[in-house]
Amino acid sequence: MTTRTPQGLDRREIARWVARDIPDGAYVNLGIGMPETIAECIAEDKEVILHTENGLLGMGPPPPPGEEDTELINAGKQPVTAAPGASFFHHADSFAMIRGGHLDICVLGALEVAANGDLANWSTGAAHAVPAVGGAMDLVSGVKAVYVMTRHCTRAGEPKLVNECRYPLTGRGVVDRVYTDLAVIEITPQGLAVLELAPGVTLADVAERTAAPLHDKRSTRRESHPDGNSAPSERSGIP
Amino acid sequence: MIDKRFADPSAAVRDIGDGATLMVGGFGEAGSPVELIDALIEQGAGDLTVITNNAGSGTTGLAALIKAGRVAKMICSYPRSADSEVFAEQYRAGRIRLELVPQGTLAERIRTAGAGIPAFYTPTAVGTSLAQGKPHRRFDDRECVLEHALGADVALIKAAAADRHGNLVYSKTARNFAPLMATAAETTIAQTSVVVGLGSLDPEAVVTPGIFVDRVVLIGRSPQRLDPSGSETGWL
Repeated sequence: MTTRTPQGLDRREIARWVARDIPDGAYVNLGIGMPETIAECIAEDKEVILHTENGLLGMGPPPPPGEEDTELINAGKQPVTAAPGASFFHHADSFAMIRGGHLDICVLGALEVAANGDLANWSTGAAHAVPAVGGAMDLVSGVKAVYVMTRHCTRAGEPKLVNECRYPLTGRGVVDRVYTDLAVIEITPQGLAVLELAPGVTLADVAERTAAPLHDKRSTRRESHPDGNSAPSERSGIP
Repeated sequence: MIDKRFADPSAAVRDIGDGATLMVGGFGEAGSPVELIDALIEQGAGDLTVITNNAGSGTTGLAALIKAGRVAKMICSYPRSADSEVFAEQYRAGRIRLELVPQGTLAERIRTAGAGIPAFYTPTAVGTSLAQGKPHRRFDDRECVLEHALGADVALIKAAAADRHGNLVYSKTARNFAPLMATAAETTIAQTSVVVGLGSLDPEAVVTPGIFVDRVVLIGRSPQRLDPSGSETGWL
């Protein structure tokens, strides 16, 4: 169906795109997997406080080899460090931060995002899969801005941005913005709106790989490259 | 005189019966009360309902309890682990039931049980399969689902340090569910690698006040000696 496959961004470039839009001073929860890369891409002149729902605010980078502490881990159960100014707390406090609307942004992975902001990211519904949800449903119901970071299509080339999710939902109408290898897309009352395209990618490329109508809202956002050097647009920041 | 210290893990878990509902602290391996679980496996209680975040990793602790066929039902948020198939095998074989609960709802159900609140409304999971069949109610234009408090007969938790009154402090992210579970079980058993003399824990820094803890077991010394002064270490 397509004559040309746009190159798009790699994982780290998408992460830089998200990191660029996280404002100084934000309290942020990064989901397990792809979004974890964002932590390494936040500019040094920004103070962004990372929350990990197992009980740490002020998560630092992974420790050097040999200095891992089995009792200092992140939600993905990987060894981390506590940054200066960090705090530890129990799960009820951790989810009060989440559910109580104290976190500014969370960035999650996705199986599918629908044009109305529905998110499916916890279960494929496969008969023999063990269902596991973790904190995803709490995050999408409580964090002020819910961003998704994902490849635009599945490995099989199926669009992940759809009219209606087929997989079991994590939340209804919860996603604010999607960062993919091809574009930054906002969920609006009118549906999916393209805010930005990756270098070398056209609106037609994105439309061809999206199973829902797309609006073009690029005029409201300054063109920028996801290398973090350009100034954030007026659309960036905490909604 | 209050002295909640037990000589060893076996003594501390001796009276846990078949069919008990058990809370087990830990997020992955961080905060997992492995020695208490090992003692429970040896003790033999079965048909257990286990409330915990994960369903065991590797082959020890909770994974070993499940593998031994002692768990009839798990109530947890994330029963998947990269390094353990123990739960998955039993689940697929229909030998273990699962109640899947969003992580924050699990924490709050435990917290409310300990706080004497029988149920609460939350927006978490509304519109998903995990809210199906539960009463809903709208507050300030926000649809919420009714969730019930979740208590237990026994909580097994891991602390970093304790005193003979059961005051506890924890280590980093090993804290996770333990302070909540301590409040929500009829009997709370805390294992610790350090027992300090009464008055050695800074009251400002105590995370779990001793009123929530029934038994304290020092791990890592054998045989255990119960020092009448209440101090088994020079720590602090």
